Amino acid sequence: MLGYAGRILHVDLSSGKIWTEPLNEELAKKYIGGIGLGMRLLLDHSKPGVDPFDPENPLVLATGPLSGSMVPTGGNGHAFVSKSPQTFAMGEAKSHGHFGTAMKRAGYDAIIFYGKSEKPVYLWVDDDAVQIMDAKHLWGKSTFETEDAIRNELKDYYIRVASIGPAGEKLVRIACIMNDRTRAAGRCGMGAVMGSKNLKAIAIRGSKDVKVANQERLLELVKIQHERMKGPAARKYRTLGTPENVLVLQKLGAMPTNNFTRATFDGADKISGEYLNERFVAKIIGCSSCAMRCEHIAVVPEGPYKGTTTRIEYEPLWAIGPNCGVGNLDAILKGMDLSNYYGVDAISIGGIVGFAMDLYEHGLIGKEELGGLELNFGNHEAMIEMIKRISLREGFADVLAEGVKLAAEKIGKDAPNYAVHIKGVEMTGYDIRGLKTAALGYAVSFRGADHNRHGAYGPDVGGKVNRFKAEKGRGKLVRETEDLYAIIDSLIVCKFSRGTYFEGYKDLAALYNAVTGIEMTPEELQKAGERINNLGRLFNIREGLTRKDDTMPWKVMNVPIPDEGVAKGSFVSQEDLDLLLDDYYEVRGWTKDGVPTVEKLSEIGMEDLVYLVKEKTEKPKRKPKEE
Amino acid sequence: MAAVPKAETAKWKMVSCDPDKCTGCATCEYICSLTKDNAFSAQKSRIRTMRLHPLINISIACRLCTPAPCVTACPREALTQSEQTGVIMIDDDKCDGCSWCIEACDYGAITLHPELKKVRICDLCEKEKDGPRCVKWCPEEALDFVTKDILSQKARIAVTKKLFKESMEAAGIKA
Repeated sequence: MLGYAGRILHVDLSSGKIWTEPLNEELAKKYIGGIGLGMRLLLDHSKPGVDPFDPENPLVLATGPLSGSMVPTGGNGHAFVSKSPQTFAMGEAKSHGHFGTAMKRAGYDAIIFYGKSEKPVYLWVDDDAVQIMDAKHLWGKSTFETEDAIRNELKDYYIRVASIGPAGEKLVRIACIMNDRTRAAGRCGMGAVMGSKNLKAIAIRGSKDVKVANQERLLELVKIQHERMKGPAARKYRTLGTPENVLVLQKLGAMPTNNFTRATFDGADKISGEYLNERFVAKIIGCSSCAMRCEHIAVVPEGPYKGTTTRIEYEPLWAIGPNCGVGNLDAILKGMDLSNYYGVDAISIGGIVGFAMDLYEHGLIGKEELGGLELNFGNHEAMIEMIKRISLREGFADVLAEGVKLAAEKIGKDAPNYAVHIKGVEMTGYDIRGLKTAALGYAVSFRGADHNRHGAYGPDVGGKVNRFKAEKGRGKLVRETEDLYAIIDSLIVCKFSRGTYFEGYKDLAALYNAVTGIEMTPEELQKAGERINNLGRLFNIREGLTRKDDTMPWKVMNVPIPDEGVAKGSFVSQEDLDLLLDDYYEVRGWTKDGVPTVEKLSEIGMEDLVYLVKEKTEKPKRKPKEE
Repeated sequence: MAAVPKAETAKWKMVSCDPDKCTGCATCEYICSLTKDNAFSAQKSRIRTMRLHPLINISIACRLCTPAPCVTACPREALTQSEQTGVIMIDDDKCDGCSWCIEACDYGAITLHPELKKVRICDLCEKEKDGPRCVKWCPEEALDFVTKDILSQKARIAVTKKLFKESMEAAGIKA
């Protein structure tokens, strides 16, 4: 079992006890690594119904079997998994860079954090020597400063650090965990869980060998991947990068604007990938082992934000830009940089600011609450100010720091109608009112609103289906891409490389086999993907989620797209949603309530988790309790 | 026995990195350690990547200095420089890992093998038929296997282009 480090590190922050245990080979084969392994470890080491900020909620950090190897994009990934303080269900977020490489080299497939430290600490992993270090002097520092300070005090520049900023410390529910300065494990509030444990950072120096089972075969495969990555399959990421989406989605009437009030943005030309690359992008860099390189580093050339240097991607650009009505690229880049600095998810922060602007324009919150701030859509200075206030829980922003769902409940009246989220996680930059395959993918995603659990916008945007129609068959499309994405996130390779696996599971299995020496067929790998999706669902069922949680934001289901153009009038009705869910549950082999059946679980080798659904599937007719 | 030919330093080729092209991906480190030690390990790589800032990336290997400060610094005469290729050759029987050579090298191009405790320096993959493998595998073609003369020639071409562009612009002519 090469590729894997073969070891799990356990850290009890309450008692200070640290121990390791071997990685169970059966578990590795079944759940691969990354999010799959991490989710299974979370399920096995947690009790149902625990509050995400309770010391009893563990935080799992996992690498994949390919981490540390030369597989392009595969050598560097890591995943955080915990019960999410946004969804109160399965939370996971991945990141790339160099941190995952270091963790594998230090000799760990996973690290599980239990309990809560009495005072701020960070974990220092120096290969086999693991220490809990005082972090009093780091508390309050930004992620950038924390990373630099730790490298300085441990006196090794090649030490890799994953840390939280002030937002994580203050339990801002959208807090992320940053590594290698520009990389974020962004979604689901993993940084807030870390903050709840008083864990400021994880610093790793890895100097052990990473060995693979079949070197020659691996090099052949890597060569093939290198060639493909130079070709059309990776063109988008190598040239304009994900901001290319701006004009694509604009044309489709699928770019949510002003908190999903509209689906096109008037200033799109001035925030497009084309505009950005011509004027702002100074350099494109890559993560460890990557042969694609996608990380566009933008520098603001002039004006009040001059010198701001940050990584750009479509999603945060959309969230902080069009979703807040902001078309000033300088300010958008500043907002993205500040999100990384304070340690908040740059997608969710845009979702929250857009939500607050919507409430302000509809008179649900006023100037008084905002200390005189005029929070209209498009006010970029107010947007920047709100990012700061939410990240630091200042004034009224303390309520907003709970995320749009919980904030809307606290604000009351019809505020929930403006809260654009699924399962408590803020939406991402696709207007799913007119992308109905994607809509299903978003609705059933086990980590809440997300385009990265399924990629089901593919058939919609690519014109392979009628995107305005809900019909049978979409369930199969979503299921297929969900299973593949689960494997991509478990191996871990980068989503941006997905187009370079021309033969899908066959290519991925070949890489897995060459690295680990474990013979796994493409079919078995697909089954592992299915298993991981069932696992996400099982965890959520354990935590009390039901079919009614597989739903859409109020606006998506009640306000048709108003913009003139192809998408005008489109929205997802309850009827659409029910049809899509029924179809999806059926192809998943789940009950009408979205519960995996005993037969399905037995078929995919999850007999040991049947106990989680036994009662629910035996009485499928029983109505869920009214709340 | 035929005399060893005079050193022809002008013909020595080394691994050079173009920082404008380097993305900091460390593919060179991966292939180097795999070639030399059958494992992926940054510490065992003879070329190392340095990212000081997202905009500042470079990989560094032996610069084939002559005279080589590392050779001069070695108190045990464990290092010698090949006259044919400029490669610093290490006599493992003499090297005791004291690392004076590491301190003498201005470029950080020497590393101490973590297990053998002997120093390691780029040998230009002399045993590989296609030359240095990092150069072959660099996905950005940022690495080059070149003589110093070709390096200066490249720099001359680049600067001439830049000067030319500026003077064109100054004259109001679009290139």
